[in-house]
Amino acid sequence: MQKIFETPLYPYRRSADQDCATPARHPVVVVGAGPVGLAAAIDLAMHEVPVVVLDENDKVSFGSRAICFAKRPLEILDRLGCGEPIVETGVQWRIGKVFFRDKQVYAFDLLPEAGHKRPAFINLQQYHLEFYLIERLKLLQSKGLPIEIRGVSCVRAIEARPDGVDVEIATPEGDYKLTADWLIACDGAASPIRAMMGLDFVGRVFEDNFLIADVVMDADFPTERWFWFDPPFNPGQSALLHKQPDGVWRIDLQLGWNIDREREKAPERVIPRLKAMLGEDVKFELEWISIYTFQCRRMQKFRHGRVLFAGDSAHQVSPFGARGANSGFQDTDNLIWKLKLVHRGLAPDSLLDSYDDERVYAADENILNSTRSTDFITPKSPASRQFRNAALDLAGRFAFARPLVNSGRLSQPSTYDGSPLNGADDCRLPRRTRPGAPALDAPTPEGWLLDRLGGRFQLMAIDVEIPSRLEIDGVVVEGLSLSARDDAAAALRQRYLSSAPGAVYLMRPDQHVAARWLRFDEASVRAALLKAIGKT
Amino acid sequence: MTTAALITTPNIDNPDDFYAELIAMHAGRSPEESEAINARLILLLCNHIGDRQALREAFEAAANEAPRGEG
Repeated sequence: MQKIFETPLYPYRRSADQDCATPARHPVVVVGAGPVGLAAAIDLAMHEVPVVVLDENDKVSFGSRAICFAKRPLEILDRLGCGEPIVETGVQWRIGKVFFRDKQVYAFDLLPEAGHKRPAFINLQQYHLEFYLIERLKLLQSKGLPIEIRGVSCVRAIEARPDGVDVEIATPEGDYKLTADWLIACDGAASPIRAMMGLDFVGRVFEDNFLIADVVMDADFPTERWFWFDPPFNPGQSALLHKQPDGVWRIDLQLGWNIDREREKAPERVIPRLKAMLGEDVKFELEWISIYTFQCRRMQKFRHGRVLFAGDSAHQVSPFGARGANSGFQDTDNLIWKLKLVHRGLAPDSLLDSYDDERVYAADENILNSTRSTDFITPKSPASRQFRNAALDLAGRFAFARPLVNSGRLSQPSTYDGSPLNGADDCRLPRRTRPGAPALDAPTPEGWLLDRLGGRFQLMAIDVEIPSRLEIDGVVVEGLSLSARDDAAAALRQRYLSSAPGAVYLMRPDQHVAARWLRFDEASVRAALLKAIGKT
Repeated sequence: MTTAALITTPNIDNPDDFYAELIAMHAGRSPEESEAINARLILLLCNHIGDRQALREAFEAAANEAPRGEG
């Protein structure tokens, strides 16, 4: 049987642009059809901004690659209309267990409260995720939305000018040119676009190698994240086990720095390592083997005029904490509504600078977390190793040491504290939904709150009277009236009111809080909306 | 000026007894075992203190060597 990642899903087809006398002009070109590029394109099309996706090949990713998708990206995928099949196919989990040598030292719960539509995490092979994104893209296209994907179309050169970006594309039938008002580079950690523009990508290299083996086996490990420090089957190193759909298990073994990478990838070297971990008698098949090293780094700026970088092309982290693809979805979530407003002439070009402000801030948070995890997992000095082992020794017996153990701080969305788009706050309201924070889900009588938010500016009122619609400088703000008066609304009350009798929240199209008040005042909403679209 | 959070004046009853107990904990241990004990001890005590300012002052006091010689 042909596997998904062997099937051309968007084969090369000749485009009318290839026969144009002068290069065709498109509002937005997305380079790269990985998870981040596809999410960007779907989001644009849903906002009715015409978009062309260029990808150098015509298939989903080879190998499972990114497998852990966190709650917030799942909420974004819901907004994009493809959360359901992704969550249905994925395996859900929320418990992590940490082992030191041959003993479990503790377990943690990533979502210890109820009242959320989406789980803490799902595991799903990247090729499945991309498959559903491509299905979604094709569905939008069939409904007449302005979205197009061009396979085997490799960007060879770009010229970024103040009023557009010229793109030269190589295809099996020769080269052609087009011009984009905006170009979003989602072309991965090795970003050719970044290289063509001669932009820096500096950071810290970690001297370590990790072996990824995806194996197919019947095993009865629970659906949890298991992490070992210094296990008997991989002495002095770490190991990680994750369950994926289709009976596939992800095993990640730390190998150290001075190894022969080609030799370690050979099945005759990999199989004995896996048998040492799983037991001699466990039957398994190798699905995918890879050895990786990593860096923690980011571009100095994610916006360069009309070229915008998103996902791994803009920032790279260690895999511990699942902060790669997960943060990429949050990049496009942040970018696309801004791009739409600028494209429509409803917001100044400078609104896109706030993409830089907010997502560079988030990237720094991710890099900090991921670097700390890596330093804990691979101590860089004898003293660091002693404290690490001390924390692990103590964590089994004493609760205080458990928060010190760092096997990866798992992806959490950033709250854009200090963002220039943030408006008024009232400190009597709960801290976790302050301006800059992503909205927290809660059940409402008409369905999950997050299913009712997003894609446009909204004024969410809880037990406060508001107009059903406002229009401010051409931007529509839709009213959403909720009540927290009955017991079923406990989660809504706890997450948005605390002890206040009511509140009004201005929500951005990416479901982040822009501003909030105890009462409705039109002039205040107007001021906050203008701030949130970069007009003040 | 902020007042120091770290107590640096004598604060332990029967200092000679305390010191003897501290050293006794390491009796018969290899240097590696002693290092591991010390690391665990530091984490236990840091958690007991809890106050980040006091901890920072302690780190600084420990990391900065005193001027050599007496007086």
